[in-house]
Amino acid sequence: MSAPAAAAIIDVHGLTKRFGDRVVVDHFDMRVTRGRIYGFLGPNGSGKTTTIRMLCGLLTPDEGEGTCLGYDIRKEAALIKREVGYMTQRFGLYEDLSIEENLDFIARVYAVEGRAAKVKATLERLGLHSRRRQLAGMLSGGWKQRLALAACLIHDPQLLLLDEPTAGVDPAARRDFWDEIHDLAAAGLTVLVSTHYMDEAERCHELAYISYGKLLTQGTVAEVIAGAGLVTWAISDGDLVALGHALRAAPGIRTVAPFGTTLHVSADDEAGLTAALAPFRSAGLTIKPIEPSLEDVFIALMQGASDNFTPPAQ
Amino acid sequence: MSWSRFLAVLIKEFRQVRRDRLTFAMMVGVPIMQLILFGFAINSDPKHLPLALVDADRSEFSRSFIAGLENSAYFEITERPAGEKEGDAMLAEGIVQFVLVIPPDFSRKLIRGERPAMLLAADATDPAATGNAIAAINAIGQRSIGRELAGPLASLRPAEQPFEIRIQRRYNPEGLTRYNVVPGLIGVILTMTMVMMTALAMTRERERGTMENLLATPAKPVEVMFGKIVPYILIGYVQVLVILVVARLLFDVPMVGSLALLSVVLVVFIAANLAVGFTFSTIARNQLQAMQLTFFFFLPSMLLTGFMFPFRGMPGWAQAIGEALPLTHFLRVVRGILLKGNGIAEVAPHLWPIALFMAVAGAVALLRYRQTLD
Ligand SMILES: Nc1ncnc2c1ncn2[C@@H]1O[C@H](COP(=O)(O)OP(=O)(O)OP(=O)(O)O)[C@@H](O)[C@H]1O
Ligand SMILES: [Mg+2]
Repeated sequence: MSAPAAAAIIDVHGLTKRFGDRVVVDHFDMRVTRGRIYGFLGPNGSGKTTTIRMLCGLLTPDEGEGTCLGYDIRKEAALIKREVGYMTQRFGLYEDLSIEENLDFIARVYAVEGRAAKVKATLERLGLHSRRRQLAGMLSGGWKQRLALAACLIHDPQLLLLDEPTAGVDPAARRDFWDEIHDLAAAGLTVLVSTHYMDEAERCHELAYISYGKLLTQGTVAEVIAGAGLVTWAISDGDLVALGHALRAAPGIRTVAPFGTTLHVSADDEAGLTAALAPFRSAGLTIKPIEPSLEDVFIALMQGASDNFTPPAQ
Repeated sequence: MSWSRFLAVLIKEFRQVRRDRLTFAMMVGVPIMQLILFGFAINSDPKHLPLALVDADRSEFSRSFIAGLENSAYFEITERPAGEKEGDAMLAEGIVQFVLVIPPDFSRKLIRGERPAMLLAADATDPAATGNAIAAINAIGQRSIGRELAGPLASLRPAEQPFEIRIQRRYNPEGLTRYNVVPGLIGVILTMTMVMMTALAMTRERERGTMENLLATPAKPVEVMFGKIVPYILIGYVQVLVILVVARLLFDVPMVGSLALLSVVLVVFIAANLAVGFTFSTIARNQLQAMQLTFFFFLPSMLLTGFMFPFRGMPGWAQAIGEALPLTHFLRVVRGILLKGNGIAEVAPHLWPIALFMAVAGAVALLRYRQTLD
């Protein structure tokens, strides 16, 4: 763990955002230090995008304060924007401009030094130099994401805010993407990345899990798993489907999730598991205690969180 | 304001407009189409209107009157129904615009001095179409029948007016509608395309999801606004050039004033409309709403500025609204420059209201422009 003295790139407290009378982000605290890759997880509609928008000055928090890159998120949004690369959840570049024109636009808006060379270098690094005249709208989803990431990096930002950058991208491209993120972090860039993928969560230095606007847990992968205090058993053999249905209704069981030919069953303690499984002992089950996975932890967290979902008012 | 960021938006806008071929073609095509429509098709002094004639009199007087009608060019006798009833049916069906019934005893009564009447029934559903023709028929009657009342009948002739009014039609001696309409079209076309293009320019960013990215960049509202407005000023100039060339070649519209002066006024007028469009784009949530707002502005601009209807004929409240609209003042300026050869002295009193409008609309646009997504 980095020393507490290390420069906090993001340091916010009590961040709250309401839309109407619905609290979307509820007293959220976050501290991210330089060079860290910080994963931001949570179910759909939990407030990840809203939080990221508050960090870069696109939304004004209703309560709370803090700094981003040392600048006040309420008063110095203009300064923050210069040094942040924000990749929006939805493709945010111009589909009716070519790849090169998009990069050129971004480079001009950020007044990048040596613009033409920088754009050319970016195109070459992406392997898009031969297709630079192609319209951005014609690119496949994976290429759009690569282009969007390149556009965020063109002005050498200090902080990257990536909102689900790999949604819908194939595994090889995702791996390339994460290799690049780690290289950038090693060079001193700080990255906040939201994702729904567990394998990506495990690639982050630190994690935060948010549900219904509330921060439920944060720390390294090991800390998050340990902090949840779950006991998980992998059960194989026997009629797992029927067992799964029965266990979901059983008291004391936190999560039941099939993984291939095994069933992961988690509870707060061993006693709970033993009690819940007692009626099924005769069915010839093979039971093996395992380390709970991140997914087990997150599903357990999610089910524990209070449900304040109301359909968005139109 | 940063030059680089302004240029970034400007170049991007230019590239997007250039790529949108259909819109680009429309911006040049619409002026030409409107010019041709207004110049050729729309005529507020229609001639050769079809008339059904029921002449039961068949006298020298009636023949002379009919000849007078045909010579006036306002009327063309297309039908000769047997009786009044049949004529009325034609009017109802819209086959004719008028039915003229000359009763059988018309000439007898005329000679006896009984002031007989003939009936001209007009289809007045469109008053503009029949107004001038109706005004003309009295004069035709006086002239043609008066001519017949010679010799012993001279006493029946209406007394001549003791004086004469000479009418001069200045700047447009033939009273051609298109001399008035074509310069006015410059203003109308600019109002429509400029307001619409900018209103759409920002809402498009919002609808396509590029707004968030744009807001996340350091681009400031002024830079975005000017970057988006300047390309359309140039497009506005292209439109005016197209209109002037077509007006000259097809309609022979006189251009006696200074085109340099006109182009100065144009900048202010175009910028005023762009500022309105930009304000709309901060209100509209999608492109459909932007279009609706554009028409909300466009209708009073068409109707209350003196383009469609004479400004002085409107009630006070309508004139007050009209005075607030930039098109009203621009119409006076552009007609003044092109038809009357007005110079800066005559133009200045109409220029400042446009400039004031521009300043207010621009300020509202900048105040409303949100730098956040709240
Ligand atoms: N401008 C807005 N006005 C009203 N409600 C909003 C607005 N933006 C977001 N919300 C609501 O706030 C909640 C949180 O949205 P947010 O986009 O932050 O979630 P998220 O965690 O990014 O979800 P996802 O994983 O699906 O992207 C959602 O329920 C959403 O409907
Ligand atoms: Mg989101």
